[in-house]
Amino acid sequence: MTLDEIAMGAKARILDVSGDDTLAVRLMEMGLIEGEEIELLGAAPFGDPLEFSVRGYRLSLRKNEARRVTVEPPCEP
Amino acid sequence: MPTVVLIGNPNTGKSTLFTALSGLHTRIANYPGCTVEKKLGTFDDAGVKTTLVDLPGTYSLSPRSLDEMVSVDVLLGRQADVGKIDAVICIVDAANLERNLYLFTQVREIGVPVVLCLNMWDVAQSRGITVDQTLLSERLGVPVVATSAHKNQGIAELKAAIRQVMGTTADSRRPVFPDLFHSEIAQLSQWMQNRFGSVPPLFLLERMLLDVGGESEKKLALALSPELLPILAEARARLAVQGCRVPAIETRVRYQWIREQLTDVVTRSEAAPRVTTSDKLDRILTHKISGLLVFVGVMFLVFQSIYAWAGPFMEAIETVQGWAASRVEAILPPGTFRSLVIDGMIGGVGSVVVFVPQIALLFLFIAILEDCGYMARAAFLMDRLMTKLGLSGKSFVPLMSSFACAVPGVMAARVIESRQDRLLTILIAPLMSCSARLPVYLLMIAAFVPPIYVAKFIPLQGLVLFLMYSVGALVAIPVAWVLRKFVFQGETPPFVMELPSYKWPSLRIVAYRVYDRVKAFILRAGTLIFCSSVLVWAAAYFPMDHAKERELQNQLAALETHRDGLGADSIHPTLREEIHMVSDQLHVESGRLLEASFLGRAGHWVEPLVKPLGWDWRIGVSVIASFPAREVVLATMGTIFSLGSEVADEGEEARFADALQEATWPDGRPLFTLPVAVSIMVFFALCAQCAATLMIIRRETNSWRWPVVTFVYMTALAYLAALLVYQIGTRL
Repeated sequence: MTLDEIAMGAKARILDVSGDDTLAVRLMEMGLIEGEEIELLGAAPFGDPLEFSVRGYRLSLRKNEARRVTVEPPCEP
Repeated sequence: MPTVVLIGNPNTGKSTLFTALSGLHTRIANYPGCTVEKKLGTFDDAGVKTTLVDLPGTYSLSPRSLDEMVSVDVLLGRQADVGKIDAVICIVDAANLERNLYLFTQVREIGVPVVLCLNMWDVAQSRGITVDQTLLSERLGVPVVATSAHKNQGIAELKAAIRQVMGTTADSRRPVFPDLFHSEIAQLSQWMQNRFGSVPPLFLLERMLLDVGGESEKKLALALSPELLPILAEARARLAVQGCRVPAIETRVRYQWIREQLTDVVTRSEAAPRVTTSDKLDRILTHKISGLLVFVGVMFLVFQSIYAWAGPFMEAIETVQGWAASRVEAILPPGTFRSLVIDGMIGGVGSVVVFVPQIALLFLFIAILEDCGYMARAAFLMDRLMTKLGLSGKSFVPLMSSFACAVPGVMAARVIESRQDRLLTILIAPLMSCSARLPVYLLMIAAFVPPIYVAKFIPLQGLVLFLMYSVGALVAIPVAWVLRKFVFQGETPPFVMELPSYKWPSLRIVAYRVYDRVKAFILRAGTLIFCSSVLVWAAAYFPMDHAKERELQNQLAALETHRDGLGADSIHPTLREEIHMVSDQLHVESGRLLEASFLGRAGHWVEPLVKPLGWDWRIGVSVIASFPAREVVLATMGTIFSLGSEVADEGEEARFADALQEATWPDGRPLFTLPVAVSIMVFFALCAQCAATLMIIRRETNSWRWPVVTFVYMTALAYLAALLVYQIGTRL
């Protein structure tokens, strides 16, 4: 599944960021790297963009940007 | 004089630190050939004067545009107007070390000594985050200094650390890339040595391989040979096969390295809540209902301030201007020099200073909103709406501000990082109906739109005013679409944006930001605006002989002195009549001189062009004369219709409207009809008759191309719309 599909308040583990364009590079530079945990905190009033928590800071992504990130639900300890 | 560079992520308090170090001694210019603002300051350290260069906030040093390349060039000492760099201060958010250190890992590879500055130290501590500075410094091999720049804490220690590293060799520790990567770089270097006889710095070589389609690749391929591109592609393919896919390999290696360095360095207190106050606040401020309500409230306040609160200040400026003019009038005899001083110079200075209240107020709010972290939320809230126009949420505040005045609006577009989005916003900002258009609308509507009601309860005059206000914004939608489609092509710039934690804005920083922007406006756009005012004055004054006008002015002044000498009751009717007569003669003479001036001749030349809009040469002259500022059109109309230029001032509107209604074509047909009035209004709604806007666009884009494009497209649009309105209007 991709990052735009996870439920509000849910966490996920990043598997991959696809592409090698500006957007992909920017996403990776912002710390969206394989294995990293990311949480969906909220959405803007019109449903887009989304607010995430990753590496201890808050990041806002548009849905079509979040779609570039493949994730899996984290294994609960 | 040694040179130190300041670099860091956005939202790290970088400009606060810049101010804390260099105070108000800053110089602002542009780097040649790009839109990046070059900000220089100086600070004294133990008697050594040091130049401080502030680079734009960035998350990485992987240049993907000309603007981003500037930072790399400055750091590498390749930017001729900055020169060699002696040290770099890399500022990071102490509460958010992991992501912030990404940039640091790249900066240190430049090979210049680095000092790591952990800013917002107090905020991190209050959130229960502690950083072991000694251990971090040992691991990274650079001095680590903790600062709270907004409280001026740690600045002396930072200066000492800079002094300590200057002149030393930079530590060479760095994230370990796979051997394969290094061997590819070695091969590439060898190939370039053989082929071109020289090799670019290692940093650029690595960037060239890592940044697919990046600026270093483009620049080197362009400078050396396009042969480079297939060579790079092959190298990347070999890396990909071995599991080192570019560009992912870089971020993976760096983040892994950072995490290793930070083990046992950063500790979070168990007591600290997982959901911070900032997060709770965010749920309210980005909420569907409460979030939008707060947003509308905040934006209303911002708009109201530039639209209404600036008014008294602007009036005060005009009063001072009028006072200065009357002082000059009292000292200098009528003549070319007096006219130059009053109408050219005082008017020119006034046309610059009059923008200061709006700029100051807008940037007061922007600085507060940015410093407390709300600005990013405003962009977050509005993004969906703005993407429909092909823009991003960050364009909202600049465009909204432009409804009051495009000059601060264009300046506010600076916050938009993406060059495409920024230019697009700047290009459509002048279409928003600013307050300078209002007097034109009001006068035309009062004079030519009948005070009747449409559908029994909608006043026609109000409706027309509303339509005039909306037309610019409505036209902006297709204009933005066309510009996006044909001019700013390419991939949509990423929105990916950090939402910084909320904090109380610092008064000192806010004040400094306002001062900084006002200074930048006056110094960098002021001269251009002033010059265009003086030029238009000259065009309206020369080449005629103003002897008769001077004589009439003297005569009038003498009569008025005589009248003022008498008591108010004893003024003889003949004296009053005489004053009236001379003043009428003066108005006729001024009108004649304007007609015969270069400007008047230009009006005659354009008459065939503006006739299809229903205008005669007099309206043409007035429109051309309004190039410095739209509202000037009324004063020029006053002069050209021989009413005196003051007729456009308050309290005289009725007389002005009457006179316009009486104006005729040579064959006796009335000149102003409803279609003509609407055609003038529509023209002013869409045209770019505002030198200040064009000059600020020149400054903000650092190129003459964009003001020219703005002027041409807006004038063309305005002409077509006015043509359409008049032609349809007269056939109805």
